[in-house]
This record gives sequence, C-alpha cells and structure tokens, in this order.
Amino acid sequence: MDILYGKFQKSVFRKYWMFYLMMLPGIAILVVNNYIPMFGILIAFKNINYTDGILGSPWTGLRNFEYLFKTKDAWIITRNTLLYNGSFIVLNLIVPLAFALMLNEMRSRFLAKLHQTIMFLPYFLSMVVVSYLAFAFMSDEHGFLNTTLLPMLGLDEVKWYFTKEVWPYVLPLVNTWKWVGYYTVIYMAAIIGIDEEYYEAATIDGASKWKQMTRITIPLITPVIVIMTLLQIGRIFNADFGLFFQVPRESGVLFPVTNVIDTYVYRTFLTVGDIGLSSAAGLLQSVVGFTLVFLSNWIVRRINKDNALF
Amino acid sequence: MESIVAEKAPSASNPQNKLSLPASAGIHLFFILYSLFCIIPVILIIMVSISDESTVVREGYQFFPSKFDMGAYEFLFKDARQIIRSYGISIFVTVFGTLSSLIIMALYAYPISRSDFPHAKPFTFFVFFTMLFGGGLVPWYLVYVQMLELKDNIMALILPLVISAFFVLIMRTFFITTIPSAVLESAKIDGAGELTIFMRIVLPLSLPVLATVALFQTLTYWNDWFLSLVFITKDANITVQYLMYKTMLNIQFLANNSTAAAAIQAAGGTFRFPSETVRMAMVIIGVGPIIFAYPFFQKYFVKGLTVGAVKG
Repeated sequence: MDILYGKFQKSVFRKYWMFYLMMLPGIAILVVNNYIPMFGILIAFKNINYTDGILGSPWTGLRNFEYLFKTKDAWIITRNTLLYNGSFIVLNLIVPLAFALMLNEMRSRFLAKLHQTIMFLPYFLSMVVVSYLAFAFMSDEHGFLNTTLLPMLGLDEVKWYFTKEVWPYVLPLVNTWKWVGYYTVIYMAAIIGIDEEYYEAATIDGASKWKQMTRITIPLITPVIVIMTLLQIGRIFNADFGLFFQVPRESGVLFPVTNVIDTYVYRTFLTVGDIGLSSAAGLLQSVVGFTLVFLSNWIVRRINKDNALF
Repeated sequence: MESIVAEKAPSASNPQNKLSLPASAGIHLFFILYSLFCIIPVILIIMVSISDESTVVREGYQFFPSKFDMGAYEFLFKDARQIIRSYGISIFVTVFGTLSSLIIMALYAYPISRSDFPHAKPFTFFVFFTMLFGGGLVPWYLVYVQMLELKDNIMALILPLVISAFFVLIMRTFFITTIPSAVLESAKIDGAGELTIFMRIVLPLSLPVLATVALFQTLTYWNDWFLSLVFITKDANITVQYLMYKTMLNIQFLANNSTAAAAIQAAGGTFRFPSETVRMAMVIIGVGPIIFAYPFFQKYFVKGLTVGAVKG
C-alpha cells in the first residue's frame, strides 16, 4: 500500500507540479501572515522577555489571564465590545431593511439609483476621514454643533469628547451612517430577486402595500436576513478597530465607553508595551470568536445549507 | 446600483400596485433628507478648508463662512514635500499592492478550482481557515517586526493585505462556474501547459471578477492607515491616510516639516499658521480621488457585493 501511495503522490506531483508552483507565493504569504501568528498565541502562556526570545522565555501557565481578569478593563472591554456590536447588528438589520423596502417602492428608477449612490459614499471613506467629519461637527471649540446648531435650538454646549454619556449614541450613529449603503445593496438585491407574480396575485386579491410587505417581501427575504445577521453574530467579539480608535480621537476620558477588545489589545501592547496582558486578551478574543463563528455557521447550516459559510 | 435597479423595475411596476401619493412623497422626502445627511459632512469640511482662518476661529466651522480664503491650500502647496511624498507612497502601495494581490490570489485560486487536482480540497481549506481563526495582533506584529524585520519598511504596508481569503474563494467560485472544462480539456489536448492555459484562457475569461477584486483591493490599500500606525515610525514612509491621522492629532506636524515656517521664524517673524483650515484642506486633498472616482466605480462594487454565496 505504502509503495502504491508513494507512487500516486509522485505522479500527482509530476502531473500538477505547475499548480504547486503557482500556489507557492500565496502559500508563503498565508504561512507568514496567518499561520505562524496562530502558533504565536502560545505567547499568552509565557512571560516574554526579549533576551530569551519568544521560544526561550519561561512558561507561566495562566498567570497572564489571572492578571487580565484582575483588571477592571477585562469586564469593561468585553461589555463594550458585546453591547456595541449587539447594537450594530440590530441597527444594520432594521435600518437597511427599511431603506431597501422604501427604495423598492420608488417609481423613479433614476432617483432610486441616485439615492443609492449617495448613500454608498460613506462606505468609501476611511475611518480617518470619518473621524474628521465627526470632528467638524463635534469639536468643542469650533464644531458646527456647539457653535451653531445647539445655540440655535437654545441648548447648552456639549463637550463632546469629554462627555461619556453621548458616545453610546454617537458610535452606533456613525457606524450605521457608514454601513447603511452597503447593507441596503444586499437587501435590495434580495428583494429584487422576488418573483413579480407574487405581487400580481396579491394585487388582484386586493392586498394592501403593508400586507404585501409583511406577507410576501419580508418572509421571502428572511433567509438573507437570518444569514447576514448570524454572520455578524459570529464576529461579535471582533470590534471595528478604526471606528473605536479614530472616531473618539483617543480621548482618555471616554475610554470607559469607547475601549473595546481590539483597542485594548493595541494600547496595552504597542503603547504600554505589556505583551502578557495584550496577548492574553487577544487569545481570548480569537478562541471565543472562533467558537462563535462555528456556532453561528452551524445554525445557518440548519436553516439553509446553501447559505452556510462551510 | 445600475445593475440591479435598471434591470428590473421595482415591485411597483404594475400601475395598479403603487403607493398612495402622500406615502410616495414621504419616501421621496425621506431619501432627500438622508442623502443630504450623507453629503453634508463632506461639504462642511470643504467649506472650512476654503474659509478664512480667523473667521473660523471666531465663528467656528460654518457651511457659509462670512469670509473665504484659499490660504490653507496655498500653505499646503507652498511646502508640499510631505504631502507629495505621502501621495507617492500611497499610490505606490495601492498600485503595487493591488497588482501583486490580484496576481497572487488568481494564481492560488485557479488550482483549487480544478476538480481534477487531487489536492484542491486541502488547499481550499488552507486559505479558508484563515477566515475562521487568527492569532491576533501581538504574534502577528512580532512576525513582521522580529522575524521579517519589516518595521519602517514599505513592504509592511503591502504584504499583510495581499491575500484576502474571501476574494480567493470568490475567484475560485468564478473559475468553477464560468470556465467550461471542455475548453480546458481541448487546450490540454493541443499540448498547452497549465501556465499557458491559465494566462491565455482562464485570465481573459475572468476579467469581470478580476476587475471587481481589483477595485475592492484598491480601496482597501488606499484607505489603509492601520498598517502605517503599527509599522511605520519614519515620516518618509507614511501614506496619505496616516498623514491625515497625524495632522489630526498634531497640526504642528505639518508645520514642523515646513521650510516656509522655518524661513519665517529664521527671519524673526512670528509664523501665522492657519491650522484649522489647513487640517480640513488636508482631508480634501486626501479624500479627493475617492470622491471623484466612486460614482463611476460603485456599480462594480455593488456587483461584487451581490455575487453569490461563497462556498468553502
């Protein structure tokens, strides 16, 4: 058997050697960029010092995790990550769905296209630019809100970058603004894929627009809704680093409401320089994230096999 | 949106099945307001960038400043070395990154799309698994900085974004579904090698997917600031996005590099630096190419978003 297998391997290689050669650059990059770092999670169980190197540094077991859970941060960053991502999932479902349903009712194809194009603009802007746009409105000294809009409404100035209370609203607003065009495209595509005959039959039966929406459109695009939502739930432990890093402009006062796992790992590692704490937090994120992706995919699979990721 | 909306009128194509006039008017009004909400922040930045500095300091950021002034742009162009340099870095990273990304991903996606290749499955999994699990920032950073020693190297801005597992799988699906295996068979019978088949037959037939992926990758590279934040400490190698970020944190960053400022200070004068307007002008210069390009390209992005399910 072994000899036969060896022969098979050899002939496969002889026949397809060009394929391996073609894949080589890709394999090399995946190994360096993805696979070696995967083994690097062992760092979380070590007490890294640069003289001994990564392999030579002593093992510490779960010490790094103990430290992590002793800090107040562990609870705060987990809570923030889950609550913000939870609100993003809900908003990224309801708002784009409503937009798609309304756009679908627009008789003018030109106008529908125009609105769709404009709505897509924020998707193309980097988070640095988004942070500038937010700053133009919320700057304490010169921001449009403080200098013009709030006085016009007879309201007091708000020190936006020093007021914790407003950020649980600002961040979901900015996130929705950035992504609504993207998700609207996806839901529009699903709605337009619905067979016209359903609506014709419904009109003959005298169904109102509302009835058509709740009884035909929404039930028929439910698979898309469920899958888009579950895919996001699978990534609920991964925060959008750019949003939480750029938009609050690293205002320390705001950390209790803007620090998420990703920004915490970045700051403890590259600003503070604590490899142990940051890699422990990173490892937890990877492992919990991996479990959630599997779980959500398993659910998607049970609903509709074709839509599962794997 | 062209591809979707234009193909088929919405469900209301039936004249009997349309919304009542008030509802329809409400929808139009709503979208007009929302579209404004999307553009207005950009307009505010443009207006500030062409405002007079002292007016901005006095009145704040205004849509209709009482005094216009192009001083911010004049200042930026007078000493444009850092901006030109950063633009150059951004363009190089975007062009070189997108091209190499396209080539390397297509080269990987083609073999795993071939059903007769016995190792197609494990190599598909090899790329797919990277979507599920990652080592996180710390080990990833150490690989680039300690192992490859790419700190401050422009390659560190390119390499990490070359392969997107998602796009490799999209390309693979495209190759499987649109390239007839009969064509590949006949080419092989004619004695063409695998590389020839790939270059002469597969690539020309795959232009739609290549164009879509190229656009997404262009956007990814152009908009990236994270890699600069993590890997670049020297001003010589920073991209436009990162320059904007640094300008936001510290407007003096531009002034420090400014020969104009140095010359004035050397002559004993106090240097008046239009920091508020320059900051916004910087954004306009940085975001300009995207604002102008996106209306033309967005329909391809829409196509890319609506491609079918990706199967592992």
